Amino acid sequence: MSAQDRWIHTPPRKSATFDDAAIAEIRRAAATGIYDIRGAGAKRKLPHFDDLLFLGASISRYPLEGYREKCATDVVIGARFAKKPIHLKIPITIAGMSFGALSGPAKEALGRGASAVGTSTTTGDGGMTPEERGHSDLLVYQVLPSRYGMNPDDLRKADAIEVVVGQGAKPGGGGMLLGQKITERVAGMRRLPVGIDQRSACRHPDWTGPDDLEIKIQELREITDWQIPIYVKVGASRPYYDIALAVKSGADAIVLDGMQGGTAATQDVFIENVGLPTMCAIPPAVKALQDLGMHRKVQLIVSGGIRNGADVAKCLALGADAVAIGTAALIALGDNDPALEAEYQKLGTTAGAYDDWHEGRDPAGITTQDPLLAARLDPVVAGRKLANYLSVMTLEAQTIARACGKSHVHNLEPEDLVALTMESAAMARVPLAGTNWIPGSNI
Amino acid sequence: MPSVDLASSPLRELNSALHALTDNTNATHWTVSNPRGQHNIAVGLDFPVEIEIDGHVGYYCAGMNKQARVTVRGNAGQGIAENMMSGRVHVTGDASQAAGASGNGGLLVIDGNASARCGISMKGIDIVVKGSVGHLSAFMAQAGKLVVLGDAGEALGDSIYEAQLFVRGTVASLGADCVEKPLKDEHKVELKKLLDDAGVEGVSPDEFKRYGSARKLYHFHIDNVGSY
Amino acid sequence: MCGIAGLFLKDQKLAPELGGLLSGMLEALSDRGPDSAGFAVYGDGDNGQIKLTLRAAPSFDFAELMASLGKLAGAPISYQVHDTHAVISIPTDREAAVASALVGMKDVDMVARGKRMAVFKEVGLPADVARRFGLNAMTGTHAVGHTRMATESAVTTNGAHPFTTGTDQCLVHNGSLSNHNDVRRELIRQGMTFRTENDSEVAAGYISSQMAAGASLQDAMTSSLSALDGFYTFVIGTETGFGVLRDPIACKPAVMAETDRWVAFGTEYRALVDLPGIDAAKVWEPAPARVYLWERH
Repeated sequence: MSAQDRWIHTPPRKSATFDDAAIAEIRRAAATGIYDIRGAGAKRKLPHFDDLLFLGASISRYPLEGYREKCATDVVIGARFAKKPIHLKIPITIAGMSFGALSGPAKEALGRGASAVGTSTTTGDGGMTPEERGHSDLLVYQVLPSRYGMNPDDLRKADAIEVVVGQGAKPGGGGMLLGQKITERVAGMRRLPVGIDQRSACRHPDWTGPDDLEIKIQELREITDWQIPIYVKVGASRPYYDIALAVKSGADAIVLDGMQGGTAATQDVFIENVGLPTMCAIPPAVKALQDLGMHRKVQLIVSGGIRNGADVAKCLALGADAVAIGTAALIALGDNDPALEAEYQKLGTTAGAYDDWHEGRDPAGITTQDPLLAARLDPVVAGRKLANYLSVMTLEAQTIARACGKSHVHNLEPEDLVALTMESAAMARVPLAGTNWIPGSNI
Repeated sequence: MPSVDLASSPLRELNSALHALTDNTNATHWTVSNPRGQHNIAVGLDFPVEIEIDGHVGYYCAGMNKQARVTVRGNAGQGIAENMMSGRVHVTGDASQAAGASGNGGLLVIDGNASARCGISMKGIDIVVKGSVGHLSAFMAQAGKLVVLGDAGEALGDSIYEAQLFVRGTVASLGADCVEKPLKDEHKVELKKLLDDAGVEGVSPDEFKRYGSARKLYHFHIDNVGSY
Repeated sequence: MCGIAGLFLKDQKLAPELGGLLSGMLEALSDRGPDSAGFAVYGDGDNGQIKLTLRAAPSFDFAELMASLGKLAGAPISYQVHDTHAVISIPTDREAAVASALVGMKDVDMVARGKRMAVFKEVGLPADVARRFGLNAMTGTHAVGHTRMATESAVTTNGAHPFTTGTDQCLVHNGSLSNHNDVRRELIRQGMTFRTENDSEVAAGYISSQMAAGASLQDAMTSSLSALDGFYTFVIGTETGFGVLRDPIACKPAVMAETDRWVAFGTEYRALVDLPGIDAAKVWEPAPARVYLWERH
């Protein structure tokens, strides 16, 4: 190129609007005629807990001595109506993930890991397997719109029931499991033909609205003789109203799943464009509980993008009673492990980015129903890793709580937090760091 | 024969007594009076007991039933026998929405009409409706048989999987992926047995048309996108 | 998300029992709507007279107000106090003077207008609300009632149903509309005013605006099927009419019963169990997207 040409032609400039990802998606859509389906949660950058900081103690407040003074982490879920509420040793639970989405060994590993540290696991669409019941000391049984695998025997075997209204990755949407994962066993449990694409409904077949939900919850209580807690799970979209209505419908506990929450498979457009980030969903949910005089009486379990003990402590400080993890638990088991990079490359992806969980080709043996792949996951080893990770998160949350002078992690308060950005201050309803200004607090 | 008056005795007592039944009981035939539309009567049973409810019931009566034989002498509210596993539930009047929803087994007989979404998400239950059924009946029906002696409302069998539908009267419209299929001898045998079990007399299997899945939605194809 | 009760009498011998029957129906629907309750009763009407329902703060002195309004009207005003509400009857030609006097008053609000309709609603359990207003003693030709479990709008007296947006017109709703904000904006542009942010008031306003433009109740209900999106069961009262409409998907429960003496609507069958002759009534669930209408001629 001559010096002259350089002035005639401007250097190539890519559009910020039509960036590489947008262009690639247009090409993919044009070639296939189907929306992009994938697993995992929102990948776009969202306001998150990283933008919140704790105010440790110094002179005005005293901290607890890190290695000697006790900072408790136990939590009781579901004492509102249930005769046998759930006692968790740590405020971190395992979110609902189906057998079908996950392999048998993965479900077993979740049970082993959670039980080792005294917390609960949750079934998912498609019912309860003996593996997970056998290896989970505390198991929450989900009642989903599809009712796949729903039966009263397993209901009575559960330690708690979770009525799933929605999930953070797709509030308002139904489930999906593509043919590759509908193996004989999965199909048998769900009463579907082997190998077909499973479509499932977004609405429950036999109730709509909070007035009906109240009757549904009463039915589940009558069937289980008022023994075990009943949770209601919602995806974060209108949390103030949804939490208030769940309380009025008689829930013992509420699970609130933000848009960073994962899914086995749904439309990318749904994952990335529907719902509220976890951080901003907590304050209105807590407000609803407070307005009804039910905060700490009806427990709030928050999920969606929880990664470490700081995230846990921040959720609790904002008013949650516990958190649930899904994606993080799978990573602890071995999902997206860089040691498998060569195999991820063969699938056209890379460790850390693999999200085609619906295809059932997971080299880590977690999001698959292929027996050979599933056999790669050693449930004992993977369960131990999950237990380690849960212990680390708990220790981290305790460290922060002690530094804030708390002898129980539940005594963290919103006033222990400040925000680094205007948007996180407005969303989490805590002051911008160094000020006492909460944007929007006067409305 | 135990007799429970729901006007004076709380629902909780009835259900917990029914849940406590064991093999050595003599209380194998119960009558329940004054249900007055109450919800969740006789839910979660798991014992071969006979229950007669004298009057109209509310939501989810006989929900998740196993083994028991429940008769409602009156109308039933939403979700009668929802998620039933086995046994038999009989409604002498009409049933509201979502009758037999997501049922896995057993037989539900409705002498009158069933309204919308009868047999929604059914997973192996057999349902015989002597009257007509409302719109969106057998939506996403997976397995089992729905027999309708009267007419069916709009969008029958929408997004159906492998359930089989038999309708004697007219069908207002078929839902996505639901088509009429030939009524073969093997179907007539099954149908005859169901009609007999439901106590239907003087009706021949030849009077019915059979509907089921065209199986075009079993694997996503862009040309079927209008059906979603 | 709520309970609805409606009763339309064909046999006027039942008129003295109207309030008592509706009261029982509402109480049966308490679980579905423990937040607030309300009802509209269509009673007697005199030619040349208009009935205004007033609502005031607790222990408001209606007698004093009536004395001053009586001077404006040029004659004593007949009125009946029902707890926080009062129904006054005035000559139509004196209405403007009385209404303008009421506009400026901060303790009292005019909440309904009709030749025959009076509307009562308050926060509280349905049975308590019915007792406070003395529903048992009310008589008339038809009545519409509601018990409310608030979804997205506040639990206030204004947010309780029925909503009335036109003379002798009222509407109660079970469900949730998904396009009410846009419809509200358009109705406001046309000059309508709203008291609440409630989706149900928009539905009432839509029916009123259609009827104000000359549509029959039948036509207004039919056009609401395309204008209003979401889930709904409406029961609508007019001076002579009683209408029922469910959305085309029709998820929300609804049951109707009819004998040669009455037509009744209940969100659950429980609401109908004590009606006279219910055992022999025709009982059915209204079909989706179909207008049901009974008119007195």
